[in-house]
Amino acid sequence: MRKFTSVIKVKGFAVHHSRRLSETTLEKTQIASIFFAEVARVFLFITVLVRESFSRDFELREFFRQCFQIGYKTLPLVSVTGAIMGLVLTIQSRPVLVDFGAVSWLPGMVSVSLIKEMGPVITALICAGKIGSGMGAELGSMKVTEQIEAMEVSSINPMRFLVVTRVAAATLMIPLLILYADALGILGSWAGANIKGSVSFVLFFSQAFSPVDFIDFLPAVLKSFFFGAVIGLVGCYKGYNAGRGTESVGVAANSAVVMASLLVIIIDLIAVQITDMLLL
Amino acid sequence: MKTKQTETFDKVHYKTKNNEPVIEITNLRKSFNNQEVLKDVSLKLFDGENLVVLGKSGSGKSVLIKCIVRLLNPDGGTISVFDENVMALQRNELNELRKKIGFLFQSGALYDSMTVKQNLEFPLRRIRKDLSEKDIKEKIAEVLENVGLPDAQNKMPSQLSGGMRKRISLARTIVVDPLIMLYDEPTTGLDPATSDEISLLINDVQTKYKTSSIIITHDIACARANANRIVLLLDGAIYKEGSLETFEHSTDPEIKSFFR
Ligand SMILES: Nc1ncnc2c1ncn2[C@@H]1O[C@H](COP(=O)(O)OP(=O)(O)OP(=O)(O)O)[C@@H](O)[C@H]1O
Ligand SMILES: [Mg+2]
Repeated sequence: MRKFTSVIKVKGFAVHHSRRLSETTLEKTQIASIFFAEVARVFLFITVLVRESFSRDFELREFFRQCFQIGYKTLPLVSVTGAIMGLVLTIQSRPVLVDFGAVSWLPGMVSVSLIKEMGPVITALICAGKIGSGMGAELGSMKVTEQIEAMEVSSINPMRFLVVTRVAAATLMIPLLILYADALGILGSWAGANIKGSVSFVLFFSQAFSPVDFIDFLPAVLKSFFFGAVIGLVGCYKGYNAGRGTESVGVAANSAVVMASLLVIIIDLIAVQITDMLLL
Repeated sequence: MKTKQTETFDKVHYKTKNNEPVIEITNLRKSFNNQEVLKDVSLKLFDGENLVVLGKSGSGKSVLIKCIVRLLNPDGGTISVFDENVMALQRNELNELRKKIGFLFQSGALYDSMTVKQNLEFPLRRIRKDLSEKDIKEKIAEVLENVGLPDAQNKMPSQLSGGMRKRISLARTIVVDPLIMLYDEPTTGLDPATSDEISLLINDVQTKYKTSSIIITHDIACARANANRIVLLLDGAIYKEGSLETFEHSTDPEIKSFFR
């Protein structure tokens, strides 16, 4: 009899666990299938985007409007952060360099770190917040209020009119904003150098650019194009694929910022690895 | 069930001059994640007629007309517009077809980054490439006059009231002179006077441009003013179709609830 109950116990245990296992498996399969569906959708989106980008009727006017919007909206923000970046970097590094008696390296060091890393990444993150969320919210609300469908029934290709122009504008404008931030950063750094001690602008400038070659510029500029493209792409994707109902607009904007910022950091990592491999 | 429907179809062609269907839908099915919205809808729209579609909220009226222009892809059944199978069209063929169809969205769907004038110009310039600048200007002034908002040209959609948005949206739809009009609740949310004006306008559009229209509405005044034929959508299928009189005198509680 005792033997028998233990068999029942074991059986119950096994059944319970196998059921739980199958439930978890089902659940995980569902999660996986949602994930892969999302991946497929992203690829489809990019494929359509690329195809539409090379179609003949490029919406030039909308493209310029978007370029203006991007530049105009972010210029003050980028100016302030750029200048402060240079200023702070200078003030922070100065004591260390003074200890080593290498104050004359200060401009060069600041400019290298600004141009190679700080400028692109911080500006891109700011743009991800400002432009990525803007695009997510704008396209998201257009989706929710059926404006995108309205374009489609008027046989206007919304992918071409809305998405291609925005991604192209972001890809072009964000590198320009980054270069602008770099320039203001170096100006800020000059201001910082003048707080303690004084250095003429010409001297500072020549010192700043003596360690910088064109070959140092190139990877930074290249990666900033990728930053721009990814910010535009993520913003548009999230907005364009927003769900139904007004709350999806907020979700689209929010997830656009999160995703774009994350991707900026990841692209930066990859870019650094690649340049490291190629240049050494 | 189906044969009965076709019988009635053949009997009723009230004001229509000729019996050519411009839209023909058979056995249309559409569901969203296990929710069957349209189960079996068969419907014809004849040349030059105004067909009113009645149905409770959530019965799938908007889904039905979205399937016609392929904003939604049906799960089954066939839709043909001007003898073309909508489901089989390539993208550019579909675009050509869509240029002939005007679609008034229930929500208006005005482009809110554009002024009223730009909203109207946007489809007009792309669909009617033959028009000159002067024609475009005149056309826009004319439709705005027609919807009773001649001074709204430079307003942004956010500055308009709900009813005004609806009317601008209607203006945007008719400005390109479509052959078929799909109105999704054109008078909902408007005061009775404006509703009547819109009803008259729909009538004008029909007589002036010889359009065929599907009008989705709950507004019986609008149905009375425009309907050549009425269908009632219930439980994902056409429950009843007939003339205005047969609907008005019906004793069926499902129908009576609309004609109180
Ligand atoms: N894109 C969609 N995704 C998921 N469900 C949808 C979608 N479109 C419509 N539905 C569902 O289909 C059903 C019918 O919607 P539809 O908008 O056609 O109703 P309706 O008859 O137009 O109602 P109303 O008179 O309120 O406009 C609703 O239950 C809605 O939730
Ligand atoms: Mg509806």
